[in-house]
Amino acid sequence: MTSPQDSVHPYAHPYIPNAVPAVRQAMLEEIGATGVEDFYADIPDGIRLHRPLDLPAPLRSEAELTRHMEELLARNTSTRQALSFLGSGCYQHHVPAVVDEVVNRSEFLTAYAGEPYEDHGRFQALWEYQSMMAELLDVEIVNVPVYDGFQASGTALRMAGRITGRRRVLVATAIDTDKLSRIRDYVRPDHEVTVVPVDPETGCADLEAVREALAAGDTAAVYADTPSALGIVDEALPRLAELAHDAGALYVVGCNPLTLGVLAPPSAYGADIACGDIQPLGLHQSFGGGNAGFIATRDEERLVAEYPSRLFGLVPTTVEGEYGFGDVAYERTSFALREEGKEWVGTAAALHGIGAGVYLALMGPQGMREIGETILSLTAYARRCLAEVPGIEVPYGDALHFADFTIRYTGGRTAAEIRAELKERGIFGGTPTGTHEASFCVTEVHTRSDIDRLAATLKEIVK
Amino acid sequence: MTASHAPVSVSPEEARIAGKPRLRRFQQASWDEKLIFELGSPGERGVLVPAADPSLGMPAIPAALRRAEPPALPEMSQQQVLRHYLRLSQENLGADLNIDVGQGTCTMKYSPKVNDQFVRDPRIAALHPLQDEDTVQGVLGIIHSLEQLLKEISGMDRVSLQPGAGSAAIYTNVAMIRAYFAARGEGEQRDEVITTIFSHPSNAACAKTAGFKVITLHPDADGYPDIEALRAAVGPRTAALLITNPEDTGIYNPRIEEFVRIVHEAGGLCSYDQANANGILGITRARDAGFDLCHFNLHKTFSTPHACGGPAAGACAVTEELAPYLPRPTVELDPETGAYRLDDDRPESVGKMRPFYGVVPNLVRAYAWIMSLGAEGLRAAAETAVLNNNYLLHKVRQIPGVSVPYAAGRPRVEQVRYSWEKLHEDTGLHSEDIGLRAADFGTHYWTSHHPYVVPEPMTLEPTESYTRADLDEYAAILAEIAREAYEDPETVRTAPHRSTIHRVRPQALDDPATWAVSWRAYRRKVLGEAGRR
Repeated sequence: MTSPQDSVHPYAHPYIPNAVPAVRQAMLEEIGATGVEDFYADIPDGIRLHRPLDLPAPLRSEAELTRHMEELLARNTSTRQALSFLGSGCYQHHVPAVVDEVVNRSEFLTAYAGEPYEDHGRFQALWEYQSMMAELLDVEIVNVPVYDGFQASGTALRMAGRITGRRRVLVATAIDTDKLSRIRDYVRPDHEVTVVPVDPETGCADLEAVREALAAGDTAAVYADTPSALGIVDEALPRLAELAHDAGALYVVGCNPLTLGVLAPPSAYGADIACGDIQPLGLHQSFGGGNAGFIATRDEERLVAEYPSRLFGLVPTTVEGEYGFGDVAYERTSFALREEGKEWVGTAAALHGIGAGVYLALMGPQGMREIGETILSLTAYARRCLAEVPGIEVPYGDALHFADFTIRYTGGRTAAEIRAELKERGIFGGTPTGTHEASFCVTEVHTRSDIDRLAATLKEIVK
Repeated sequence: MTASHAPVSVSPEEARIAGKPRLRRFQQASWDEKLIFELGSPGERGVLVPAADPSLGMPAIPAALRRAEPPALPEMSQQQVLRHYLRLSQENLGADLNIDVGQGTCTMKYSPKVNDQFVRDPRIAALHPLQDEDTVQGVLGIIHSLEQLLKEISGMDRVSLQPGAGSAAIYTNVAMIRAYFAARGEGEQRDEVITTIFSHPSNAACAKTAGFKVITLHPDADGYPDIEALRAAVGPRTAALLITNPEDTGIYNPRIEEFVRIVHEAGGLCSYDQANANGILGITRARDAGFDLCHFNLHKTFSTPHACGGPAAGACAVTEELAPYLPRPTVELDPETGAYRLDDDRPESVGKMRPFYGVVPNLVRAYAWIMSLGAEGLRAAAETAVLNNNYLLHKVRQIPGVSVPYAAGRPRVEQVRYSWEKLHEDTGLHSEDIGLRAADFGTHYWTSHHPYVVPEPMTLEPTESYTRADLDEYAAILAEIAREAYEDPETVRTAPHRSTIHRVRPQALDDPATWAVSWRAYRRKVLGEAGRR
């Protein structure tokens, strides 16, 4: 075993100033310790690692590290290098430069759990995020972001379960299989999830089947996604609210907040809890690492009491005219009550909330309306355009689609084969959703000519 | 034209600048910044977006699904948005600007700037998770390699980097424990999880969320987790022990192997919360003490920025026996081709813990951090963090009013939970008051997690990032506040004096009639405005 006193640090690592031998020695002397080993006296020898960790030799300099990382990054092809039509829960949108400027500020990037007195800016920025999301969602309560939209949906359903005291959860629209996996796992101790299949022709909710499922009773929540996993904005969304409420259940709607400059917020058609992912609001794709979740409700005590997450509130300070901030109903949380709190709260995705707030402030009502219109228009155009390609059918004809949509290949080739050929031609897209079905996505970053190129390329490939 | 300066005679006395005071004269930025809703004016724009091509037409939106009124978002020009947020950033301290040792249990260490550059590169930032594997070999390689590094650091057999943060990793471990017992037909029987009061609240809360009954062990007289209480708690209903070691007191439990053995003998699993791993990197490993699962907080131990409370990233490490239950997909290396692929075909998996594969930017940063340090650097980080901690302990325990409860005479690992009980008894001031006064010296101080098992607690964790001078300065700040508490308590009682704002009056936060989570709620409830803006 290397005794720590004997550890040789031939250089003080730039991240570890007190590894300078003379400094280290002086500190030990001041404490009156013979070596660092004195401080490890409680760790039994039997569980000590009597050898160095078997790790690659360090990349000693920043230059060497950069060179190494550069080699790894060169093995990725980004969606800026290819023409990408990938969506399905992670979206390629333009991120305004000001968003990056703000979230990359050291003061925000490296802060953590400061108090309002040294981290006033964090509290105000997150409270303003909550407030702007509240305007977008037409509610009064929005939480500090949770990990992602999957978590937000799972928690929203558990909130509905705690409020109603009931067991069943009905999913009424097409749902992403990974999201469903997460929800099933998360609500498992208390709830059973029933997915009511959508009408295979329209891709929309099967209201009769939902009504039948509700007749069995004990339903805590009816859950819908908009757009659904098929990209559909379902005309039945308001009817689902009525069915849920008639059965004494809450209506929980997962929505893409980027649609809400044009489309009605869930609260407008009866949702009790809205939830979703803010990745589309100015967060980079980052290989799926840029997600963050929101939960939103009316300002009712019984609803607020069930949030596990932090809710920042605006309060006065001892000086007239100052805005102070703090945690609303902190005693709900597991920080205060451990296992008696609601679910849990910990480090989640706060900075993404600040980023989304900057995005909403930049966009304003006009920007949000325009981006929604642009995407709706381009999605409809892409569907029309691809429907004209021989060998392609575009199902769910009449349904309104936003960003994501499905196509079906009617020739012999599989969706996987066609996707591979698209990639060879510099186009990412056509994620298989079945043997002959594939999902594509368009956003405001796409032009009409991008879509024309996709159609022309598919024309060559699809036989 | 510049004025000419005729030489004048100045005495050295007049030219002399006084040395800096022992404690810095700090003033936090205070812009008296308005709320964003009070800025801008109708019609202003912060950014333009590509307009819809009129020739493409617009699809019909069903009336009930069309937005009736535009959202009342701010309308601001770009520079106004930037200025507002930059002012808010200046009213925020950030670990880069202060000696952030006062946020104990959170391992506030330096996040190297070069690592931020990697994640801003479009070849990370603009990668889509559903791209073909051959177009993302670099990032899959980083994820796979980071897993290998964490396997060695923990001693475990498999690692998943999918969880969204530390608490999500705790939850993931609990979900795997649940799946493990369900697969063995013991799911109904093993419904209890044991944890300790000094473990992070999320251990108890995650276990409860996953459907377990929680049993909490309190410390014995010396501050170690009570082994007799553990013996009394274990039994056929025990699913797992969730424990932090060293605990948030900084005390390492020397009987940790015995704890693990007792739980294993009862048929339970042992999961190691390694939120406090920073002081033991390369010294001892979860596997060496017999654990079945562990997790790391990459934003703590592996230096990814804390980001105002996330995004963070979690890592779960497990033995081969638990590996089938890991979240899917896993990243696999084909040894023949050297290619990485995603394996979604894992029938016993607990499923997805978050969308896609993990908080990738933080995985990249953690990978780069470990690669820049290597085994020797990790050990130097651990040893230096522990040295810094015991150095600070040596300084702080000399301050009047402070005590170091439990395990008298024993060293601490990477942090210490102190108590200001004596100072409180003498002056009536609370630990929170000291924290508020600390803000006046340009630094952050947090008390501790609830419940306050240690009266008037303060947890300091210096990590390896701070210099000796930093530690001296932090100790001097605390000493000065303690002096004030005894000699001039009003200054402490009314702090902060040099912050962005003064003390909040928090009463409104707990009353449904006045709590205001949004601008519109504030306007309705407090300002009495009817309707919307």
